[in-house]
Amino acid sequence: MAAPMRNVDEIRNRVILGEFGVKNVHSTDFPGNYPEYDDTWNQKKFQKNFRIDIIQMDENSMEFDMVGIDAAIANAFRRILLAEVPTMAVEKVFIYNNTSIIQDEILAHRLGLIPIKADPRLFEYRNADDEEGTEIDTIQLQLKVKCTRNPRASKDSSDPSELYINHMVYSRDMKWLRPGQELDIVMHCVKGIGKDHAKFSPVATASYRLLPEITLLQPVKGEMAERLKRCFSPGVIELESIEGMIHV
Amino acid sequence: MAGTEETRKPVLEMVQAEGTDEGCVTFVLHDEDHTLGNSLRYMVMKNPDVEFCGYSITHPSESKINFRIQTRGGLPAVEPFRKGLNDLTEVCQYVLDTFEARVKEFSDREAAMD
Repeated sequence: MAAPMRNVDEIRNRVILGEFGVKNVHSTDFPGNYPEYDDTWNQKKFQKNFRIDIIQMDENSMEFDMVGIDAAIANAFRRILLAEVPTMAVEKVFIYNNTSIIQDEILAHRLGLIPIKADPRLFEYRNADDEEGTEIDTIQLQLKVKCTRNPRASKDSSDPSELYINHMVYSRDMKWLRPGQELDIVMHCVKGIGKDHAKFSPVATASYRLLPEITLLQPVKGEMAERLKRCFSPGVIELESIEGMIHV
Repeated sequence: MAGTEETRKPVLEMVQAEGTDEGCVTFVLHDEDHTLGNSLRYMVMKNPDVEFCGYSITHPSESKINFRIQTRGGLPAVEPFRKGLNDLTEVCQYVLDTFEARVKEFSDREAAMD
């Protein structure tokens, strides 16, 4: 009975995107559900079927395929990446002088969100009742910026970069220091995890999706084939020429 | 801070209903959420001795989950629980090893091409 077997395979292996909803979302491959299949957990079978293919990797982002693993475990990895991998971030900000137009608490919040390039494995967590901080758990940073007028600028220039020295602090498009204003801040960075506060999350975003499989229900020929190919990323659709007409 | 006894919370508790055998147990896991719950549920369900396995979050503002296992044939429920945890550890270790190997291979290939 080939047809019902194919149907069962489809239920077991494929999530179907219908017009009004998504079908076969839950994994049903547990022992006892299907009489012809042995679904007991088998580490060797898993190891044989599992592979990872890295599609693209650079300093800031990475994309890879995991084949042969269930969505439950892949989702657990994604959740752990977002919430439980520790990083260092600014936690306590001691403001000694702030005469800029940014309020203290807004400034402190923004400083907390700045990513700190320090390896969290070299640090320990800080105890809850430790006020001062020791070398093993804290990085101390200082920010001391004062904005003054630039005496060498020409009379008519209106470009702030020329008129004032030090008028932009750290981030490229924030022009919020004007002459006479200064900032004098000491910051403590500690190790934390994303569950505690989102600033400790090491990834901008981590997401996964199921590998798509596209089945064309009708043959597509000619000019429509060219248009279909342009809709997708290069490499997804291949055209071949049969009897002078281009097919997908 | 006051004495350390109050600040230590149990990680795992077992709750068993009256009159049932050891095969039906609800484990209460503290400080856990879907991350462990769903993946552990998947691993325990793959065990053919398990008749029922499910987890639920008691209330979204408390981070604890109720994890229930019911076994066929009176097998004590801690067995599939322990096996599920071990299997999950094995899977994660294997995924980590494969991932490290592939990343190393990829960066070696990139370095060779430059």
